[in-house]
Amino acid sequence: MKVKWMKFKWLFFLVSAVVILPGVYSLIRWRLKPSIDFIGGTLLEIRADKLNKNLIERTTQEMEMELKSQQTSGKSTYLLRFSQFKEGDKNRLVAKLEEKVGEITVTRWETLGPALGKELLGKTLVAIILATSAILLYVNSQFKDKSFGVCAILAMFHDSLVLIGSYSLLGHFFGAEADALFVTAVLTILSFSVHDTVVVYDRIRELRRTNPKLELKEAANLAISQTLARSINNSLTIIFMLLALVWLGGVTTRWFATALLIGTVSGTYSSTFTAIPLLVIWKEIFKKNK
Amino acid sequence: MRQRQRFFLWFILLITAVSIIIDLPNQHHLKFKVGSHQFEANISRPFQFLQRFKIVKGLDIAGGAHLMFRAKMDQVPAEARANAFASLKENIERRVNFFGVSEAIVQPSKVGGDYRLIVEIPEIIDVGEAVALVGKTAQLEFREVAEIAPEATATATVYDVFSKKSGLTGRHLSRSEVQFNHNNGKPEVSLEFNEEGKKLFAEITKRSVGKQLAIFLDDLLLTAPQVKEPILDGKAAISGDFDIKQAKKMVSQLNAGALPVSIELIEQRQVGPVLGQESIRKSLRAGAVGLGMVILFMAAYYRWLGCLADIGLIIYGLITLALYKVIPVTMTLSGLTGFLLSVGMAVDSNILIFERMKEELRDGKPWNVAMELGFGRAWDSIRDANVCSLITCFLLFNPFNWSFLNTSGMVRGFALTLGLGIFISLFTGIVATRTLLRSFAKRSDK
Repeated sequence: MKVKWMKFKWLFFLVSAVVILPGVYSLIRWRLKPSIDFIGGTLLEIRADKLNKNLIERTTQEMEMELKSQQTSGKSTYLLRFSQFKEGDKNRLVAKLEEKVGEITVTRWETLGPALGKELLGKTLVAIILATSAILLYVNSQFKDKSFGVCAILAMFHDSLVLIGSYSLLGHFFGAEADALFVTAVLTILSFSVHDTVVVYDRIRELRRTNPKLELKEAANLAISQTLARSINNSLTIIFMLLALVWLGGVTTRWFATALLIGTVSGTYSSTFTAIPLLVIWKEIFKKNK
Repeated sequence: MRQRQRFFLWFILLITAVSIIIDLPNQHHLKFKVGSHQFEANISRPFQFLQRFKIVKGLDIAGGAHLMFRAKMDQVPAEARANAFASLKENIERRVNFFGVSEAIVQPSKVGGDYRLIVEIPEIIDVGEAVALVGKTAQLEFREVAEIAPEATATATVYDVFSKKSGLTGRHLSRSEVQFNHNNGKPEVSLEFNEEGKKLFAEITKRSVGKQLAIFLDDLLLTAPQVKEPILDGKAAISGDFDIKQAKKMVSQLNAGALPVSIELIEQRQVGPVLGQESIRKSLRAGAVGLGMVILFMAAYYRWLGCLADIGLIIYGLITLALYKVIPVTMTLSGLTGFLLSVGMAVDSNILIFERMKEELRDGKPWNVAMELGFGRAWDSIRDANVCSLITCFLLFNPFNWSFLNTSGMVRGFALTLGLGIFISLFTGIVATRTLLRSFAKRSDK
């Protein structure tokens, strides 16, 4: 198979742009929807057959509690969020609702102080910086060429942008919240992205070692043709597992699995269609300047 | 070469067999019908000593409460904080256990200048009650022997015997330390009182020479040493038949009364058992469906090579599960996600190798050579690719408890299962599959 992939490099970038731009727009306009992990607050999930949103709304108003939002999170199950919640409020609210609809099961109840959110934010930044630099160092030492590392990192940013941008959209339209697990997903995707990129890089390195006269562009075309099937297959098995989790998995980890799924798809695309064209362009610019 | 290969084959079989035995549940209730006959039996696992290996369920699966307290240290001088914190932990542990909660975990953590305690309790609790319970500062009290009528002596409890309050409390104690007796080298517990305490203590010891003086913590008798002579300088030592460990424990209990630290709740997460069970059932079903898709895909795309990879994948699952039980890894929902994700990644190395083999075959190399080349040449990519994932897992798991990185249980559970998965899959994906492939290839050549 001899496809001149590099001829279409601008098309590949266009595809990326089509995916990334709406996400970036959403990020600027609506940002991410932070969970109580980041801003503090209280989350209460209750379940009862006769409950409904109106009733909850009215009851919290009667009791002068500040209900921030509510959503259904399963059959007869409601997830309520409060920005402030005093000691004993939960028991009073549940008792009041039980007067109206009978027995209520509390399935989840979380309260976080606002101080912890800042701490998590700081830790997240440190983790991202450390992960990025460690991966960059490793790729550099393996490929002995700065441009490989830089392009791998650029592809990594591409994937983070796709993931964070789409998550912002999901947050605005479907209520997906950015929590500690979302941060974990972002970090995992950083490494997945490089995981795939390295496979193609590795092939370019090998092709040029056996045939030093081969131009980078040609080597890139060949490498993509030779590794595309395995890149897709590698990701497919992961995508199968994640799809099943998004589809059938528990509510608690559903958005987490969704974030990982978006990242994996983007990572597969970017290793072949972002990192490699970038590498070729980078090398061309570099050569002209010489 | 052949010998080594045979060794590997047996080794893999052995590991798999051991894993299966560990994976088995302790008891299995069997019930089936053949025609009109109904069979029912309880099957216990062989090797009963393996019973202690079991999956530890995290709070989000089993249900329970996770509470984080911040110790208010403003009143405590900086040099005494570490001691006060140790006492606080000891004290809260004692109270939580006294509360009758089984398997509660009290874990100290220091973030920046903040001293924190994480309390995990495997049942849903009333937070108000819990805070009242663990948040109360310790009450240390010295009590004297009371006069008891001779006819009541037989039925008197320690509370009757030491019912005379001396007025000396934890407020008067400035510190307690472990020291060693100059004469016999045995550990002792020293007490040092403040000015007011010094006077009180002198009076008490004057009037109770030869009698016992009891120390109560939260109404529980800690110790009741005998007063040998009046102590006027406010410095006393409790000697007795205890080892260094017991002495240390007593010191931290005494300090809990001497350095009272109040705590505030800064985080609480509670999950009811219903939600946990539902989530785990759904996630397991999702895992089964995903696994099925991966197995089918490998078999369909790579034919019998894929089937071998599937066998490797099943061995992978068995070993991983066994390791979870042996280590043990606390299973949380995010941990389960990490495991399921690692299943998807486990066949990665197989795919890299098989694709490489196909290429070598296309170049006209004989089958055996292609196979060996496939394994050899794919190794570079496999290594480079997995190192990056392992770096991330390391940062997420934060094994050295660095305070600038995440310490949340959810994140760590995920990183641990994913990282373990990558290591095990390197073994099953490369060593196990290659051994199976070689054994199989040899036979098909004959």
